[in-house]
Amino acid sequence: MGKQILLEHLGKPDIQSIEGYLKQGGYSSVQKAIKSFTPEQVVEEVKISGLRGRGGAGFPTGLKWSFLDKKSDNPKYLVCNADESEPGTFKDRYLMEHLPHLLIEGMIVSSFALTAKTSYIYVRGEMMYVIRILEKAIAEAYAKGFLGKNILGSGYDLDLYVQPGGGAYICGEETALLESLEGKRGNPRNKPPFPAVWGLYGCPTVVNNVETLAAVPWIVNHGGAAYASIGIGKSTGTKLISACGNINKPGVYEIELGVPVEEFIYSDEYCGGISNGKELKAVVAGGSSVPILPKDLILKTAQNEIRLMTYESLSDGGFVSGTMLGSGGFIVFDESACIVRNLWNFTRFYHHESCGQCSPCREGTGWMEKVLHRIEHGHGKITDIDLLVDVARKIEGKTICPLGEAAAWPVASAIRHFRSEFENHIHNPDSCNAKHLHFESSMLH
Amino acid sequence: MPFSKERLKQFEELKKQYPEGRHKSALLPILHIAQEDHGWLPAELLNEVAEVLDIHPIEVYEVATFYTMFHVKPVGKYVLEVCRTGPCCLVGAENIIQYLKNKLNVEEGEITTDGLFTIKPVECLASCGTGPVLQIGPDYKYYENLTTEKIDQLIDILRRQG
Repeated sequence: MGKQILLEHLGKPDIQSIEGYLKQGGYSSVQKAIKSFTPEQVVEEVKISGLRGRGGAGFPTGLKWSFLDKKSDNPKYLVCNADESEPGTFKDRYLMEHLPHLLIEGMIVSSFALTAKTSYIYVRGEMMYVIRILEKAIAEAYAKGFLGKNILGSGYDLDLYVQPGGGAYICGEETALLESLEGKRGNPRNKPPFPAVWGLYGCPTVVNNVETLAAVPWIVNHGGAAYASIGIGKSTGTKLISACGNINKPGVYEIELGVPVEEFIYSDEYCGGISNGKELKAVVAGGSSVPILPKDLILKTAQNEIRLMTYESLSDGGFVSGTMLGSGGFIVFDESACIVRNLWNFTRFYHHESCGQCSPCREGTGWMEKVLHRIEHGHGKITDIDLLVDVARKIEGKTICPLGEAAAWPVASAIRHFRSEFENHIHNPDSCNAKHLHFESSMLH
Repeated sequence: MPFSKERLKQFEELKKQYPEGRHKSALLPILHIAQEDHGWLPAELLNEVAEVLDIHPIEVYEVATFYTMFHVKPVGKYVLEVCRTGPCCLVGAENIIQYLKNKLNVEEGEITTDGLFTIKPVECLASCGTGPVLQIGPDYKYYENLTTEKIDQLIDILRRQG
């Protein structure tokens, strides 16, 4: 078992309540930060830690914090992105459900570092039961004096609120999230200006993922250098990986960054191998938006080295033979999985979730879905394969937010690595061994 | 369909969570509460929400129609939201959706003749490791690792609750 930072207290008695959490040393980082550190010192520790955003982009957290426009007279805001809705990713829900006070502790310390006096946790509306857990935990934190006026007699004030979303994947994009929090449709904003300058209500704002903020208490308690000593290179610390698909042990695992991908898939400590004794076919390593890799490329890098669970190793080879760590949503496909079917499913998702603001995304995702639908259902033409690649290329990089890339990369990579499977669907539509699993969806066309 | 005094008081408290003049931020939370009370969001109710927030009705309509959780058409007493996204489909979600349709004799979005159920396939409920998953509104409780047997039991219980 590797180092446990985020899930260290998972399963301890009454850990969901503040009493149980305090017995495990909970909220000690609030005491330490507020009484012994300046906000700048907290930012510095996070910079030293090398912590990178755990929502998918992997941008250095301390650096992001340092961009906050401190000179502005406007209020500063911290917003927690808890809108987890990337297919394959379910680690933030797990964290909030089981360790709500860890997130709240991280929010308090991070808000102090950013001199924010009001912070929000924007949670997917669908996770209503998680919202209730968080609201209860926040009320407990107020009652103990960790939130509200004059926290622990320090003179620092902080209010923390939970904001429910309304069901829109796009609100996981930070500027769309801010629009939604302002009571509007979740249409992403053009950047620049970035939220650090022009964020919530036009004020300097930092938006961080749940897992990112939950790592901050450990960093403050143990020091940034201790965190940086875990992991490999620029992939420091631990990462939650949510594993699912055709594996024996789906679930959320905390890994030290640097575990070999093969070990993660096959060892009993993690996924426990492929289910039903089948062979591994492919993996989507970082949520549905990242490129899919076939077995040989997910286990070895472009340099023919052992592929590791790090930002750098997974992206080795660029998009030709690499992928991304992303959000850590690890989807495993066994030999019987139909790549065409699954790609159609993912593309349907991106079409459904496109906010409709940019034409390439609004039109392109629907176009790709229709083409994939006809290939999957035996009506494809051989020219459809290159058409898909062409449409994907015309979406990528031409939209306000990264949903364009999220829709395009799975299509481009699936065709790059599994082109023969697409050709087979077109030439021999009844030959797919996954066909018996299929049902026609009345939602379509 | 005016809101009760208790609800109006709750809305005033909600507005205090946001800075002065930024109370439009309370729109999503208020829409959730309005839907919880009424089951769905007819135009009259959306107009009431606009009045509560002192904003134009169109500002409420454009939000209510953008987010998938808000029902702007009538639904059954229980909304059966089944995740239909990739990881859940890998472990049988499509079979579950089809089974539900056959069992309740309705298509997606329709209401059963007894007014109890609407099936609504949804995009990813963040339960990929415990799929197939179903969430039942208006309580929004998760039911994971679904089988057809579990579906039978759930429907029986909901029918008894009426």
